Order: sequence, then structure tokens, then C-alpha cells
Amino acid sequence: MSGAESVGDERSAADIDRTPVPDADVCVVGAGPAGALVADRLAGDREVVILDAGPRFDPADRLARQERAIRPSYGRPDVWGVGGARDAHENAGDRSYPLNHARVKGVGGSTLHWQGMVMRLHEDDFNSGTARGVGPDWPIDYADLRPYYAEAEKELGVAGASDNPYAPPREEPHPMPAFEPSYSDSLFAEACEELGIDMHSVPNARNSEPYDDRSPCVGYGTCQPVCPSGAKYDATVHVERAEAAGATVIDRAPVERLEHDGDDRVTAAVYATPDGERHRQEADAFVVAAGGVETPRLLLMSASDRYPDGLANGSGHVGEFFMDHLFAGAGGTLDEPTRQNHVGFYTSACDQFYDEADAEQAPFKLEFFNYAGPSPVEMALTGDDWGDALLDRLRDGYGDHVAMGGLVEQLPDAESRVTLADDRTDDRGNPVPRIEWTVGDRALDTIERANEIQVSILEELGADVEWVAGPDATGPAYHHMGTTRMSDDPDSGVVDADCRTHDLDNCWIASSSVFPTSGAMNPTLTIAALALRVGDDVASWLAGGS
Amino acid sequence: MELTRRDAAAALAAIGATGGVALGVRRAADERSGGPGGEEVDPAWDGEGLPGDEAVRTAMTAVARTVYPDAVSGIDAFVEAFLDGRLDGSPHGEGIRAAVAEAESAARSWYDAPIADLPPADRDELLRELGADVAGENPGGTTAERVRYYVVNELLLALYSSPTGGELVGIENPQGHPGGAESYRRGPR
Repeated sequence: MSGAESVGDERSAADIDRTPVPDADVCVVGAGPAGALVADRLAGDREVVILDAGPRFDPADRLARQERAIRPSYGRPDVWGVGGARDAHENAGDRSYPLNHARVKGVGGSTLHWQGMVMRLHEDDFNSGTARGVGPDWPIDYADLRPYYAEAEKELGVAGASDNPYAPPREEPHPMPAFEPSYSDSLFAEACEELGIDMHSVPNARNSEPYDDRSPCVGYGTCQPVCPSGAKYDATVHVERAEAAGATVIDRAPVERLEHDGDDRVTAAVYATPDGERHRQEADAFVVAAGGVETPRLLLMSASDRYPDGLANGSGHVGEFFMDHLFAGAGGTLDEPTRQNHVGFYTSACDQFYDEADAEQAPFKLEFFNYAGPSPVEMALTGDDWGDALLDRLRDGYGDHVAMGGLVEQLPDAESRVTLADDRTDDRGNPVPRIEWTVGDRALDTIERANEIQVSILEELGADVEWVAGPDATGPAYHHMGTTRMSDDPDSGVVDADCRTHDLDNCWIASSSVFPTSGAMNPTLTIAALALRVGDDVASWLAGGS
Repeated sequence: MELTRRDAAAALAAIGATGGVALGVRRAADERSGGPGGEEVDPAWDGEGLPGDEAVRTAMTAVARTVYPDAVSGIDAFVEAFLDGRLDGSPHGEGIRAAVAEAESAARSWYDAPIADLPPADRDELLRELGADVAGENPGGTTAERVRYYVVNELLLALYSSPTGGELVGIENPQGHPGGAESYRRGPR
């Protein structure tokens, strides 16, 4: 079936058994990358069940979803069916947070629409308080996560090179060679050389050659929000692998509450199904992997007489310290072709300024875009012209753009938080998440610093600088972090160094929600590394460890 | 610049047509296919009811001659091959059929002739009088919005997601076309 409106209706009732799995060892809440990797890690030896609030998407619909991504009739949330009463939320902070642009619910989670950039955090990111004088230190170091980073790179399939002098130490090459620099990278390179600014490759969770029985990139150019070829990693890879090993996936099964006993153990996940029924999935161990917004929401919705402020919330910090990365960017035009929008990912970056970070300046990284300016096909579908007039407009609008982006760390702030809405409920009658997102001066000042460098590069390049996304125009990178922070101290954090909740013996959280600080690197590789580590810890606990 | 069946295949690969439709091979059942309600369609369509595939192809090809730039040739074969993949019984294919019926109805009512028989200036004027120039596309919207979605933008999407259409603008691997992971590295020719 063809056409953007021909995607399957995953929300329609279907004759699928969604009853609980008997004698489950592990219940994973969330089928995104963290939950998928944990499940895959454990499924060979344990009875694993994965519950996800969203649907299982039909791979045959990916081209139709791509058409949605290109056609102006569809908004970004429409591509993967986000929105409506199921995904209602409230904003109450200084800045509105576009939550439903920032997530996908369903098997594969937000990796279905992510761009696929996979950097390791830097060593100082784990020791921000000590090294930079702000924020807490993580209770683990880079060295603790280093072997898991390497494993995560193999699991996701990362194309990268070892040409980045600013990256943290690594023990072996990436699993695949890096994507070669773009033509526009070569233009930037001359300007950067003049300014003494280093460019280097970036690691992509995208196949530069056949890998893991998946295609190499074929250049559809719509990576974000959909890769029809499967070259970009998404978590359906590990969900399917876990299922092949015996795991059970129950889709369209939002977990509404975690129940516990009197011995500080979670006993069941209560979930709803499309037929209106509610079920209890019991298990020995529970892993909550529902992302930085739904994870604290679930814990808060699980309040009980014993835990009146929410489950695992003895510290009072569940939902607090909500962080995202801030975008800093600038762009303009040259008087020559720049060959943009052939692919939807970038191939060169600059981490040179990252470790200058201190109490006043946040870590930040710079990106050299391969998708600056408009895409001709998208331009063609808007406007009141056609024929030769349209072609003239496309030729005028496309071809000479250049742009840079960058991500900036946001410090954790207890006032930036996710709570439950007082009187607004979702399609199941549960309180929707209420987001109060605030951004501090350190991040805003650092955006200006990033802008200065970006503009200097563009000017050296000879560009007519036409836009700057500075402190007033910044937005989130859709990386939800910090809302169940990790700490050795039960009064200071929700989970311990193993990502197990302080308050409940058999409950782990695998998510960027455990990040005490965010660094400025895209979080998914760190999420994956932590998830693999959680998998090991759960396996050890189930085997009789402590 | 000549559009080819390869361009049509590329456009279909880009925006989705499955079901094993062989390009250039008309299905015997084409003219028996009806609308969603199973309404009978007539190959020698007279403007009443829903048009059959051949009538849809004829009208869409005529519209393409208006909305495509003069620089392209090979429009008939390109559009027909593209529609072979889109008129596949899907809701989208039936949306095309219904939108074409509305545009044809307007043509016959306002100009006393089917779209394909209108002089170029009248075809252009017809689309503008329908409001398809200023409307935003919307598959469930007004007539103007549906003609924009299923007729005008359908054709523009096919053209500008194909290698030849992209090349007109200077991008041989346009968004939506799986043109490989090499072109982004090449400089201008």
C-alpha cells in the first residue's frame, strides 16, 4: 500500500494476547534502547517480559512514514503517531517543552526518530563537581563505563574513527569505519584551519557498511525522523533479538502503577490493554526504562501508604533535575554550491572547546551540518507556484546554504522538574506529566560563546550569516535527562551506582533519567552502556548476588 | 532533461509503493477497479461517478504538463509509470481518484471540456480557480486542499524526489531518494 495516509492503525484493537506472562523473572517497562538492551542481555537465561505503552510498528510502513516526514500536511509527531489523549502533558516552566516532538512511544522508542549520533561522555563529565566546580560527581567514573561503551558501540553498530584528539581514551577501533567527510566539510576545513580550529569525524549509529544483517546507508536523507533502510540503528534490533531468545513483548500496554510488598520489593506492574482491561505482571526483578519523563511519572503514580510521595522517592528527588541539551547554531549562505541535504546526518564536528568547561562555562560541542537550508522536495510542496516559476524558486532557495550546530550542557536544577498534573488526565484517567523546564545562566552564556565561534568560522568561510540561534532562540535537543538521578547517598539520589533504586531491592532504572549531570554529548550511547551494565547487575542479583 | 521510467521507479521507491506492481505493465483489472464503495467505473469515463485508472492517468498527465517545468520531457511515461504504483487500491490511490474526479467535474462544468483537452492556460487557470495554488495540502480537507494533496503535490512529490527532478535543482540525490551515501561527498559538477 502506498501513500502517507496508508500507515497501519496500530491503535486499533487486535487479536493479540496481552495477558501477563507467568513466572517471569524480569519485567522491563519500556521497549526503547535501554529496555531493549536489558531484555536482550537477560532473555537467553531468564523469562523476560517487556511492556510498552505504544504500538509495535509495521516495518512495511516506513516509506509511508517517510512520506509523512516530507509532506507539509503532517507534523513531526504524526510520523510515529505521537499525540492525542494518550500523550497529553502540561508545561509550566520558564520555557515550553515540546514533549511530543521529542519522543516516540512504541517498540523501538525514540530511536525510531533519533538522528543516531553516539559519542561517549568525557571523563570530566563524570566528575563535574570536582573537575569543573559545579554540579554533582557521578558515583561512577569513565573507567567504570569504558568497557560498556565499547560493548554498546558493537551492539548498536557505530561507524567512527580515532581521529578526534579530544575524545576520551578508547581501547579499540569502532566497529565500522567512519563516514567520510562531506563536500561542505571540506569548505569548513579551510576556514577552520585558518582559525586554528580542529575538525574531526563523528561516531554515527548508522551503517557505513553492511553490519549486523542490516543495510549500509543508502542516502534517503530523512534519518530524523525515519530511516526506511534500517541502516540507522533503532531499538527494534534488540527487541527482536530478545524475542528470538524467548522474551515476550506486550505492546500498547501502558504501565500505570508499580505495586510493592512490605519488604521493599516491587511485586507487579499494573498495565492497561486496548480492550480496557487491566493486568498485573508479576516478576522477581523490575527494570524501568521509560525515559526521562515517563519514568518519574510512573514512580510518582505508584505512590502508596508506605511511599506516599511516590515509589523510590525517599530522597524526594524523583522528577527533579530535568535537563536537556541546549541547541546553539548559526548559518547563512555562500556564493558557491554547498551540496546540502543529500544525507540527514553530519560527518564532522569539533570537540576542541568541550573540556575548557568550568563553573562559568559549560561543556559544548560544535557540529558542521550537511543539511543546511531547505530540502528542495519539501519546498516544492508549499507555495503558490508551479511549473517554471516553482523551479526558479527552488533554484534560488537551494544550493548555497551552510550551517553549524552545537549542544551545550544544562546544569541540574531541582526547580527544573517533572511532576504530575493536578487535574489533567490521559486517555486512561491517569495524571499527565507536568514539565517545568528552566535553563540557567551558565548554559545561556555558553550558548553565546558557541555562537561566537560559529559566526567566526562562517565569516572566515565568507558566508553571509543569516541566522544565529542564541540564548533567546535556543531549544532542547530532545534528550530527557536527570529525573531519577544516580547517587551513592540515598538522600541525594534515586538510584545507586548500579542504577538500582535505593528504596526497593529489586527495581532498577535504565535511562538517561539517572544522569546526575548531562555533559554535552548526545546521551544514547551512555544510555546503552548503562543499560548493559544494568543487565549484568540484574543477572548477578537473580543468580543470588546482592 | 528527460524523465524516465527509472525516475518513476525511484520516486516510487522513495515515497512508497509496494504490492509488486510491475512498472509499465497495466493490470488487467485496472478498468474494473472501483472506488472505496465498489462503485463501478467506466473506462470511457464521461465525468459521472469515479474515473477509472486510465482516465486518472490521462488527467494527471495533463496536470503534470502544467505543474512541471518546461525543462522536463518524458512526462507521459513518467506519470503513468508512477501512477501504476500509486493506484494500488490503497486509501491514497482512491484519494487520487476522488480528487481527480472533482477537478474533472470542475473542468467540464466551467470549461466544457475534460482537463486533458484544455489549452495550457486554461488548465493553469482551472487549478487556480479550484484554489489548489494557495491551499495547503490536506488529504481530509476542502476540495482545494485535497486537489493540492492528491493531484498537484502528488505530481510535484514524484518529480522532485526523483534523480532527474532533483538534478534540475542541483541535487541528484534528493531527500526521499535512496541515491547512496556517496553523492554528499562530491563537489559541484
